[in-house]
Amino acid sequence: MKGERGRLKRWSIDFIFSGPTLIAFATVLIVPFLYGVYLTLTNWNGLSNHHQFVGIANYLQTFQDQSFWVSMGVTVKYVIVTVVLVNVIAFALAYALTTGVKGQNIFRTTFFAPSLIGGIVLGFIWQFIFQNVIVYLGQILNMPALSNSMLATPSGAFWSLVLVSVWQYSGYMMIIYIAGLMAVPQELVDAASIDGANALIRLRAIVLPMIMPAIVVCVFLTLQRGFLNYDLNLSLTAGGPYGSTVMVPLYVYQQAFTSQNFGLGQAEAFVLFIIVAIISFIQVYVGKKQEVEA
Amino acid sequence: MRTSRLWSKIAKWIALFIVFCVFIFPLILVLVNSLKPLTDIILNPLSWPTSWNFVNYTDAFNLMDFPDAFLNSLIITVLSVSLIAIGSSMTAYLFVRKKSRLTTLLFYFMVASMLIPFQAVMIPLLQIYGADLHWLNNKWILIYMYLGFGASLAVFFYHGVIKAIPIELEEAAMIDGASRVQTFFRIVFPLLLPTTVTLIILDSLWIWNDYLLPSLVLQSPSQRTLPLSTFSFYTAYSANFGDVMAALVMTAGPLLIVYLFLQRHIIKGIMAGSIK
Repeated sequence: MKGERGRLKRWSIDFIFSGPTLIAFATVLIVPFLYGVYLTLTNWNGLSNHHQFVGIANYLQTFQDQSFWVSMGVTVKYVIVTVVLVNVIAFALAYALTTGVKGQNIFRTTFFAPSLIGGIVLGFIWQFIFQNVIVYLGQILNMPALSNSMLATPSGAFWSLVLVSVWQYSGYMMIIYIAGLMAVPQELVDAASIDGANALIRLRAIVLPMIMPAIVVCVFLTLQRGFLNYDLNLSLTAGGPYGSTVMVPLYVYQQAFTSQNFGLGQAEAFVLFIIVAIISFIQVYVGKKQEVEA
Repeated sequence: MRTSRLWSKIAKWIALFIVFCVFIFPLILVLVNSLKPLTDIILNPLSWPTSWNFVNYTDAFNLMDFPDAFLNSLIITVLSVSLIAIGSSMTAYLFVRKKSRLTTLLFYFMVASMLIPFQAVMIPLLQIYGADLHWLNNKWILIYMYLGFGASLAVFFYHGVIKAIPIELEEAAMIDGASRVQTFFRIVFPLLLPTTVTLIILDSLWIWNDYLLPSLVLQSPSQRTLPLSTFSFYTAYSANFGDVMAALVMTAGPLLIVYLFLQRHIIKGIMAGSIK
């Protein structure tokens, strides 16, 4: 009797510790995830009470949905360009800002600042710049190339998204690269320069392998944010002009909540999830293999 | 040799200064234009304001219902982040100190779930909490959802730190008659402070700026958070640049001001978070 009460008490304490969190985790993430798997196998439209089991029809339809794959193409292109640009710029800034430049801290603080602003606000700030400020500059400088809003053409809108993303994320990744660079032992770099290695060789043979963990983290974060970018896409271009910059998260949203194709939208969301998961897994796996110990 | 080094230093500084201008220019432009009347903005978006004019601010303040939106954002962010920090640290503590097949499995389950993006559960989440349960349109359910979405990363962070805390400290407290909950809050939780700070920074940025989840959960205007009211304000008044600029300053401003004061802690916190 006493033993049983003791066990009950222990369980109730365990529940105090982990119950609320685990229940929230399960009911907000796991249950909807499993329910989502089920949804992809039905033809539900979000309104009617009845829906039928349709097997893998939604997945087949996903593969035939041309606009989905056009949107995926735009997303992949956007991700490749931003991952490369953000990481190269962030690394260059971090490299320059760990050499004791005058005003180092002010530079770091300022470059990080855009990371604090949400995608919605950033999109509106830059809309003003692309549509008003740059157009104004084009007019007074008599440069026809600038006189029309960049957001009015498909390629202009695409590169605007890239530009703002680079501006938004470089500072954040720079901070992570700085943390990585500060952990590189100075003796190692000095020893290499005594041996006659120039700056480029030192960078390639010592610094880059040593900061591999930071590179893995930054590439992972930029990949994720790139593939799942919704806020900026919505506020800067809203997918326009003519739907040319609708990236997959925005596409899935429209499929589900504008066109009311819940099953198909959910299947397309899963395709996105699987692609992102596979790419992230390969990236982390390959990156980890390159890591070296000091 | 000496002079060439000096020149390369100057070149580097100039390059950094140009990047600096690119980073700060859009923010200053918004601030400057928020103080100008509409006609001046249209005439020349690059001119300085001729006089200090806060009409745009009072307009935007009233039209976007700023106090309500700010308060909603503040309540949601503070409560969600507190719940995530307390709930996840307690869960991670249980996972570490009561290691069993079940807790290990649950831990790996949570870590694996971090790969699931919000978009993959968005539609069913809305179906369950909206159409099935009719629980949407209040901030408490949103806070509950943030706990669910934020828990795995936080448990992962705390798990690594708690593993390194020697159990002897807790045993001493237990012998003195403290309960497990007391022991946790008096001995363990204070030791987790650096991790908690990192977590508060990362999660506050996420929740304060989040748009998609609140846009699905909070439908009535009185419930709106800052990003939501900025969005609806912009959609309605986008031609009124002065008011829009003031609204953007008021939305982004609070976080930037906090950053000015706490920049060293915030940058250190981000650095610490990236290594884990």
